[in-house]
Amino acid sequence: MSEIITYREAIRAAIQEAMKSDERVFLMGEDVGRYGGSYAVSMGLLEQFGSERIIDTPLSESGFTGAGIGAAINGMRPIVEIMTVNFSFLALDQIINNAATMLYMSGGQFNVPVVIRMATGGGNQLGSQHSHSLEGWYAHITGLKILTPATVQDAYDMLGLALKDPDPVLIFEHALLYNNKGELDKQAVPIPIGKASVRRMGKDITIITYGISLFKSLEAAEILSKEGIEAEVIDLRSLRPMDDETIINSVRKTHRILIVDEGWKSGGISAEIMARINELAFYELDAPMQRVCSVEVPFPYAHHLEQAVLPQVEKIVAAGHKLMEEL
Amino acid sequence: MQIDIKQARSYYRQMLLIRRFEEKCMELYGYELIRGFLHLYIGEEAIAVGVMDAADAADAVITTYRDHGQALARGIEPKAIMAELFGKLEGCSRGRGGSMHLFDAKTRFYGGIAIVAGGLPIALGMALADKMMKRDRVTICFFGEGAVAEGEFHESLNLAVLWKLPVLFVCENNLYAMGTALECSESEQNIAKKASAYNISATQVDGMDVFAVAKSAKDAIAQIKKNNSPVFIECLTYRFRAHSMFDAELYRDKAEVENWKQKDPLIVLKKKLEATASGSQLGEDELEKEIALVIEEAVEFAKNGTLESVADLEKFVYSPKVQQ
Amino acid sequence: MSTFAMPSLGADMKSAVLMEWKVKEGDRVSKGDVIAEVETSKGVIEIEIFEDGIVEKILVPEESEAKVGTPLAIIRGLDEGIAAQEPAGSDVAAKTSEAEPPSTPLQPVSDEPIEPKRVKSSPLARKKAKELGIELSSLSKDDKAVHLAQVESKKISSTTAMGGMRQAIAKAMSRSNAEIPHYYLSTAINMTLALHWLEERNQERTIEDRILPAALLIRAVVLALQEVPQLNGFWMDDDLHMSEAINPGIAISLRKEGLVTPAILNAEQMDIDTTMRSLSDLIIRTRSGKLRSSEITQQTITITNLGDLGVESVYGVIYPPQVALVGFGRIMDAPWADGDSLSVRKVMQATLSGDHRATDGRTGGQFLNKLDQILQTPEELL
Repeated sequence: MSEIITYREAIRAAIQEAMKSDERVFLMGEDVGRYGGSYAVSMGLLEQFGSERIIDTPLSESGFTGAGIGAAINGMRPIVEIMTVNFSFLALDQIINNAATMLYMSGGQFNVPVVIRMATGGGNQLGSQHSHSLEGWYAHITGLKILTPATVQDAYDMLGLALKDPDPVLIFEHALLYNNKGELDKQAVPIPIGKASVRRMGKDITIITYGISLFKSLEAAEILSKEGIEAEVIDLRSLRPMDDETIINSVRKTHRILIVDEGWKSGGISAEIMARINELAFYELDAPMQRVCSVEVPFPYAHHLEQAVLPQVEKIVAAGHKLMEEL
Repeated sequence: MQIDIKQARSYYRQMLLIRRFEEKCMELYGYELIRGFLHLYIGEEAIAVGVMDAADAADAVITTYRDHGQALARGIEPKAIMAELFGKLEGCSRGRGGSMHLFDAKTRFYGGIAIVAGGLPIALGMALADKMMKRDRVTICFFGEGAVAEGEFHESLNLAVLWKLPVLFVCENNLYAMGTALECSESEQNIAKKASAYNISATQVDGMDVFAVAKSAKDAIAQIKKNNSPVFIECLTYRFRAHSMFDAELYRDKAEVENWKQKDPLIVLKKKLEATASGSQLGEDELEKEIALVIEEAVEFAKNGTLESVADLEKFVYSPKVQQ
Repeated sequence: MSTFAMPSLGADMKSAVLMEWKVKEGDRVSKGDVIAEVETSKGVIEIEIFEDGIVEKILVPEESEAKVGTPLAIIRGLDEGIAAQEPAGSDVAAKTSEAEPPSTPLQPVSDEPIEPKRVKSSPLARKKAKELGIELSSLSKDDKAVHLAQVESKKISSTTAMGGMRQAIAKAMSRSNAEIPHYYLSTAINMTLALHWLEERNQERTIEDRILPAALLIRAVVLALQEVPQLNGFWMDDDLHMSEAINPGIAISLRKEGLVTPAILNAEQMDIDTTMRSLSDLIIRTRSGKLRSSEITQQTITITNLGDLGVESVYGVIYPPQVALVGFGRIMDAPWADGDSLSVRKVMQATLSGDHRATDGRTGGQFLNKLDQILQTPEELL
């Protein structure tokens, strides 16, 4: 049975259900309680679960993220909410030096089942310190799992899966997705962590993307389709582990690759995807791979400038043309 | 002052074990049997031994890269530690951690965190979990005075008090953060005083006196349990050896080192016993012999240990897959 | 002046891709010269010029498709004035003067070896071309990278040359069955003498010069046709047109798939050795896709020998507009009655498929009888 709800509500529902079914689950972060969450995800949860399990934290990202990690090591299933990816850098020591390494450097003795959620991405005119898409940067870190739900169903499913995962999972929620409405079937069997989804089938080009760029890519694919170019659209869903198999299968099918990512190109996840395709399927390529990413500037405030920075449907369509033009 | 000779002998034995173990490590480092960084605890043994005496088996311990002393005092087998230093599979971290990252689930020893102050937030979380699950446990968190300069120290002290977490913060103030003297880095050099700004119960204790440390730690743990709030102990101590193996110690006077050596915790303990006419009951020679055997056995064990197969290199980056 | 146009090489050929010019502007050509290679649904075929002259202008560049009848080149007759002498101001004259080499060489003379130009291509195109044994350089145009599609189209033209060929065969055969009222005659021929004779002749020859039974049978058919010419020719415009030239189309199977029946042209003018050499040459060129247009358009009869495959007798379908097909089965040991005595002999079934509109069974019978007779007197085959 499915319902139409928002991305925000889907995450909230997933938190509620996890907290009801598992006493080890709790939520902590800046303004998650009384304020209701800076993106209103946790609205009402304080009333429902009380301040012991919906914990407002001071502005101490390293302190409370580390506390989440410590609690996870000591048997809990914490959900740590960091207001935005830029703030998470204040907690990098804990995430990278502790969460990502603990299992390995303890020789398998201490796993860290923490879930860290944060908002990511631009488009809200929030300027250079609240708009960057840096999930790809986190995907560099071995020991972490990096999830990027685009759909309402994934927003719901991924939180549940992340809480069941024995290792640290970072979930990146694009700030512009919270109001998106979509179908949620709570009974649906979730797609496992690490599996990509082919959201649209096509034979001519493959668009590899994730998060909010999925919707721009799907829109571009429809435009391309009217011109006779059938794009396959892959929603990566998980940047680490990355589903090489689904990517490579599509490369073998279309031989033409376009990557759409709101991150920057240099050293970004788009570069990583290209590198993998190069390593695993070089001889399947029939055209130079293309990328549509954010322009390499810190995010500007002015609306028109910010929009010029971000990947847009027209840019994706143009890149699709470029892929096909040499035929 | 009444001294329990059995207790004193036990302290002495543990401190001597740490001392002789690390001296052996130095020797083996010279033979290249131990590599990487090797930070010795020599001079600071009274802190680990005293605090561990106060700790319960159910409590958790988290410490820094200078962790041999805590690990030995906590009861991790010397041979498992030595094997770890040798990079062997039989090591307490399977040879994955090395000197700075000793871990042991059996004794609830959570490392071995080599980022200064990085262990403090973890300790908060461990204590938070215990509190939420209503488990009567304490998390003991060791760190050096260098950590005081880090933001994580301040965030953690604040949160621990704010959330009333059962954490025992043990600051091992050996006066030097690597080569930087406390007076070169802190505006307020009395760490306990600084900590008390967070409204935490904080005291200074002579870190060279195992009895003093043990008493202070016992009191602290009792207080934590009674008041449901953290306690801070600053142990004044000194490391007799270099920061790590490759250190010319240009930042401090030899005379200063020699001066502190007069307060060697082993000597301090012996003097206390002698003052109470129980010195002869310590059985020092006997302990030396016994410990020499333990260390010899540990080295043999480590030498004969297994090198983990490179095929398992990627094991434990993530948890092994479990059947759902 | 005349134009050389894309020839029709078959009823079902609509167009072809001009793959390669064998001549350049200014070259002198003679009747029968191969001047270009074109790629058709039946593979690459060399096309010939049918007049003497000079290639005045090439009109269609390589690798472009041209419909049948499209002018491919302008040929100037040998007795016509050269273009430069044409009235001043004409396009041709202007172009010719432009084409004159500059007085000083633009390229400095260099001792350094010239690096072969690397062909740009997608990795996939490169890989596929390698697999298929296709030269990437043959696909490269204007310094643009070669993509899979170009390699595939090249491949398709050779595999659908197969597929296309099957289709072409299917088409021809349906047409044949629909239009031609076939009759079939068969006779068993004692090959003992002929094979014995062949064996003796071959002992005198070098290995390369040896005659195969297939050539012997072709030669026998040619001789028999000279006696019964009604089977050699075409059915066109509701009438039988007998052909003076005997151009037997020999059914040759390709390695992958498909069957072609190129002709040994003017076989009536050949002795058995020439027949053998022509057959060998034809087989080689068929399998390398280098047939000449006349060879695949001018067959006057078809000979199918399925003996290799162990088939005993062949009841073939006539290729229109031909009027007959001769089929040979396997030569096998069989009991043979010779008067009262019965013995084992080398026996082969010879079959005639005839077009009843052109001939009747009586003519067919005469042909088979003649064939038998010739094979019993092998000396005549020389």
